Amino acid sequence: MNETLVIRNLRVSVEDKLILKGVNLTVRKGEVHALMGPNGSGKSTLAYTIMGHPKYTVTGGQILLKGEDIHELGTDERARKGLFLAFQYPCEVPGVRMANFLRLACNGRAGRELDVIEFYDKLEKKMKVLDMDEKFMKRYLNEGFSGGEKKRNEILQMMMLEPEFAVMDETDSGLDIDALKVVSQGVNQLRGPGRGILIITHYERILRYINPDLIHILVDGKIVKSGGPDLAAHLEEHGYDWIVKDQVPA
Amino acid sequence: MNAPPQELLHRTYKEGFHDDIKPIHQVPKGASHEVIDYMCDVKGEPDWMRAFRHRSLDLFHKQPLPDWLPGLRDLDYDAITYYVSPVEKSARKWEDVPEEIRRTYDKLGIAKEEQKLLGGLGAQIDSEMAYHNIQETLAKKGVVFLSCDEGMKQYPEIFREHFAKAIPPEDNKFAALNSAFWSGGSFVYIPKGVKCDVPLSVYFRINAEQFGQFERTLIVVDDDAFCHYVEGCSAPIYTTHSLHAAVVEIFVKDRARCRYTTIQNWSTDVYNLVTKRSFLYKNAVMEWVDGNLGSKRTVKYPSCYMLGEGAHGEVLSLASADKGMWQDAGAKMVFFAPNCTGRINSKSLSGHGGRSSYRGLVQVRNEAKNCRIQVNCDALILDDKSRSDTYPTMEVDGDLVTVEHEASVSNVSEEQLFYLMSRGIKKEDAYSMIVNGFIEPIVKELPMEFAVEINRLINLQMEGSVG
Repeated sequence: MNETLVIRNLRVSVEDKLILKGVNLTVRKGEVHALMGPNGSGKSTLAYTIMGHPKYTVTGGQILLKGEDIHELGTDERARKGLFLAFQYPCEVPGVRMANFLRLACNGRAGRELDVIEFYDKLEKKMKVLDMDEKFMKRYLNEGFSGGEKKRNEILQMMMLEPEFAVMDETDSGLDIDALKVVSQGVNQLRGPGRGILIITHYERILRYINPDLIHILVDGKIVKSGGPDLAAHLEEHGYDWIVKDQVPA
Repeated sequence: MNAPPQELLHRTYKEGFHDDIKPIHQVPKGASHEVIDYMCDVKGEPDWMRAFRHRSLDLFHKQPLPDWLPGLRDLDYDAITYYVSPVEKSARKWEDVPEEIRRTYDKLGIAKEEQKLLGGLGAQIDSEMAYHNIQETLAKKGVVFLSCDEGMKQYPEIFREHFAKAIPPEDNKFAALNSAFWSGGSFVYIPKGVKCDVPLSVYFRINAEQFGQFERTLIVVDDDAFCHYVEGCSAPIYTTHSLHAAVVEIFVKDRARCRYTTIQNWSTDVYNLVTKRSFLYKNAVMEWVDGNLGSKRTVKYPSCYMLGEGAHGEVLSLASADKGMWQDAGAKMVFFAPNCTGRINSKSLSGHGGRSSYRGLVQVRNEAKNCRIQVNCDALILDDKSRSDTYPTMEVDGDLVTVEHEASVSNVSEEQLFYLMSRGIKKEDAYSMIVNGFIEPIVKELPMEFAVEINRLINLQMEGSVG
């Protein structure tokens, strides 16, 4: 139990509209899962709910992080306990320098003041993997970043914070092929026995670079199909229609 | 709306103490001609100044308050004491400052400032400068840094050529009041070509109760010279009101540059009604960095008058209005000559029921061709009880003039908070970061110790001490 992120019969509403209608999902450390589904199926809702966004109301079910129900925990506490969300649209925070932001975040995650030299050494290495210029650190958080820069920045934060469970919300959307390769390389570096990753995506494309252990398909607020990597290939060929059609009578 | 954490922006005003300092001179309350005569006698002033003061008092009584300026109803001019002097003369050595006054400055950390590498340091308490000194090396280059009273005596020609020329007593009611009762402030002269690259710093302290401080500052930066003047201030917390009505006149001659930095941190007893104006000659550069963090009511619009071709004026304004404060800050730029440029960048915060206003005037006269002006004003409102207003006025007569105006009003957004918190940053710290980031473009222009002071004042510690 201690090495899992468990979503149990999760029901979530936004402004009184039920979006997630009983989602069940277990991610173990060491695994990479992909959650796919058509637009509006509730993929991002699941991501935001796991991180505790105040706009999303849990009306039933549980989220268990290493066996602990995190319902009562604030977003920041969840993060310090090892959860991470890579945003689809990371927001801009003017006037806040990247370096200051990252240091404060890493100190919070570590629960102590990190050695400055150690911090910058690590940062430099991670930035190299992501092909990021050191000038990034002097810029304001996401302000004026291109789409690709923002996504790289999300991966960088993930690499620095070393979460135990990471949810990546459409990290691949809007990336050109080179950026997608760089981002995938970062994610692959983060794969390992100490970490579970849930990749949320609309397209099968990113799964060519990151091979997931399991694929789930979310339709209308419920996971309707789970399977191995061949499921993605099938989706690419046939789209979502065959699954959606199956659901209609239900 | 996301309410700010209690601690944030809420001032812990450590300068709110007062000391028992026996005044050597103290006049009866009220703005009277008798007080002026008493002051002129004590100060041993020339007749022209005595006449100027009397004329100014008449102007003060005659002038109405501008109708666009509300919020001064509680101000009772008769309850104010217009001259209180706890010192006989301005000391050149710190040891010569009377001990009880030194103790006040110790508590405020001003004595420590003296140890630092400042070009010069001045310290005014109530009506008079208790201390005024300048580095030997600067004095040798001919840099003059004196109290305004001393400047009048020692450099009568430069003084009379410029005094009340940028801001005559007719300008406004509070300029008239200052002209009648002015005392203390600085007189600065930077000779041609001299770059005074270490700041000249002055601290103004009000200690007396129901008192009016009317310092007068006159700065002349001669051709090709440079100077940076920095001022700070504070006052005790009483249950009554005090008044601070300063006049600052700056003359930036051909190709010269002047930067004037203010960190205004009055207690919420103080009405702060200040007139600041600079005259810019050919290719001159003037930069006002104006931080308003305290006072009950501030009315202040540092201004640049572009008199010479190619001049450049800047106003960077930061106002933070907490409970019981109304910051009516802004800027004024008037273009009389061609090919000039101006930039106004204003950021305001309002929280806990505080109110801040940006009031700006950009005026381009007919003869000012080909000028460019950029105005940015951004307001961040921290809760539903607080308020922000913008009153921009543009009057453009010149040809080929470009005026850009951008304004925004925002709150701390839920998405920004969520983003920072999703990285493990506590809500209070996330809030601080966002607010701190908002004012960063101005704060980064401040000298380091002031930037640190601002962080302390608005309680923007990033290290998780909040909450």
